Amino acid sequence: MAGWTLESATEPRLPAPTVAAPGVARTEQRWRALLRRLLRNHIGMTGAVIVVICVGVAVLAPILAPYGPEETHPNWRLYPPNEYFVFGTDEFGRDILSRIMYGAQVSLEVGLISVSLALVAGGLSGLIAGFFGGWSDAVIMRCMDVLFAFPAILLAIGIMAVLGTGIGNAILAIGIVYAPAFARLTRASVLSLKQMEFVQSARVLGSGDSRILSRHVLPNITAPLIVQISFSLSTAILTEAALSFLGLGTPPSVASWGSMLSASRRFVELDPWPAIFPGLAIMLLVLGFNLFGDGLRDVLDPRLRA
Amino acid sequence: MTTYVIRRVLAIIPVLFGISILVFLLVHLIPGDVAQILLGTQATDQQLETLRRTFGLDRPLPVQYVDWLSHILRGDFGVSFRTNRPVLPDLVSRFGVTVQLTLLSMVIALVVAIPLGVISAANRGRASDGLSRVVALFGLSIPNFWLGTLLILFVSLVLHWLPPVGFVSLLDNPWLGMQTLILPAIALGTAVAAFIMRMVRSSLLEVLRQDYIRTAHAKGLREQSVLYRHALKNAFIPVLTVIGVQIGYLLGGAVIIESIFSLPGMGRFLLDSISNRDYSIVQGGVLFIALVFCLVNLSVDLVYGWLDPRIRY
Repeated sequence: MAGWTLESATEPRLPAPTVAAPGVARTEQRWRALLRRLLRNHIGMTGAVIVVICVGVAVLAPILAPYGPEETHPNWRLYPPNEYFVFGTDEFGRDILSRIMYGAQVSLEVGLISVSLALVAGGLSGLIAGFFGGWSDAVIMRCMDVLFAFPAILLAIGIMAVLGTGIGNAILAIGIVYAPAFARLTRASVLSLKQMEFVQSARVLGSGDSRILSRHVLPNITAPLIVQISFSLSTAILTEAALSFLGLGTPPSVASWGSMLSASRRFVELDPWPAIFPGLAIMLLVLGFNLFGDGLRDVLDPRLRA
Repeated sequence: MTTYVIRRVLAIIPVLFGISILVFLLVHLIPGDVAQILLGTQATDQQLETLRRTFGLDRPLPVQYVDWLSHILRGDFGVSFRTNRPVLPDLVSRFGVTVQLTLLSMVIALVVAIPLGVISAANRGRASDGLSRVVALFGLSIPNFWLGTLLILFVSLVLHWLPPVGFVSLLDNPWLGMQTLILPAIALGTAVAAFIMRMVRSSLLEVLRQDYIRTAHAKGLREQSVLYRHALKNAFIPVLTVIGVQIGYLLGGAVIIESIFSLPGMGRFLLDSISNRDYSIVQGGVLFIALVFCLVNLSVDLVYGWLDPRIRY
């Protein structure tokens, strides 16, 4: 049994997890092994820590923030960082730190909901297109090609120009823009899975479409989808910030990072601080999701491991 | 190759058709009455009726679409709702600025990304690799509009090295033009540089694993020779495909960067039209950029097929 302990201590290199024989117990084992590898991946864990901190700040903003997001201090307009206002104040004398903390709520809310929307809409279309093929494939994928034919931010700008500003519209626009990426990824994964022996033998053994989809296809496309979700969150947050920066995303009354940067531009020569901190916040959160996505991909796709 | 070219060209027709429908609907699905939005709340019914008739807004949607498309195909993008000027000439004249910005950004991105990607892959796992990867991740995460603001702030306002805003065409005066375009191009190109650097790195690592690289090593070629003569050439093929997509990113990003640096390009024209609710310009501009993007991707596909005969299945 000595050999056994030695082996588990050095953690053997696991084979590629992308396709494994199905079965609940094996699937669970596989995920646990992946989690262990992820916990030891420095890049991924750094990203996870950043994301967790940002989520924590967003959720606890009402407790952590020293002031309310709309609370004005008329005698303290455009102050640089000082002992009362750690990141300084904006042109209305509002505390920048507090507004950044509340702004995290907007970024994460828009990011999470819009990416979920893209995942559900794109993932389902890709699943149908890839699994059933034929006409559904042709129609769905041509629609996705059309959406892909626009530069993402331009399409989002176009949709917002038509729908008008607002958090709900921004979520919808970003969800539409990023759905095709999920559709293509899901379709490609499903197509390659369909050729796999275990899927074909399940079919021969008499499994119906729904059983094959739920037991054999879905568990095996989760891994690439999770990586895509992480990267999409970072681009969705950047897109929301860009839209708000242009005055097309969140209304100016809402404390969001993009609109704070937009407002700061008019006073940047007078007081550069309001133009610096919200940008740092965006970069940090986006970096968190990118690091996490990189770590996840290293873990899930051993071929690319550094 | 000829059949491949014909097939690729035919394949974009349904996409172009879809683009035209989407762009058309974009404006016609605006909640509320376009005529009302244009004329304001004080407009009389008479005025509204005249405007609807002038722009053909009173006809059924499919009729309007066919009519609109037949004009587009003849190069008539309509006239501005506000100024009555034809849309296309205005778009084309501004597009030159956007092209200069986009190309300069791409050149900067490639000049930075390719050497960094090669260094990173050739020194895999060492400090230089780690550093390049971290720099690339920061490049991917920094919002381009924020980077633009910071560049104006530090380079122009604090150090006074370059004029903060304004535009001189590279064709009229290359030296002055470079001064006005270099900062926006850096702001726009950074994320693309980061993306391409990662692509070069992973593509090169993939190639370095191949049997023929081992053979090259085995027959005693020097490291440099293996890397540059054998590996790099093949590693560039996948990189080329992302360049097409990245040009789309640059065209979209130009909308934001132009407005920060006050460049008289197509992006700023589009944004100004959005705030003026001049929907015929918004429609024409979005359509124009999507068409350019499609043509760029088509050319990349064709070059790809020409470079790699395996693609022409």
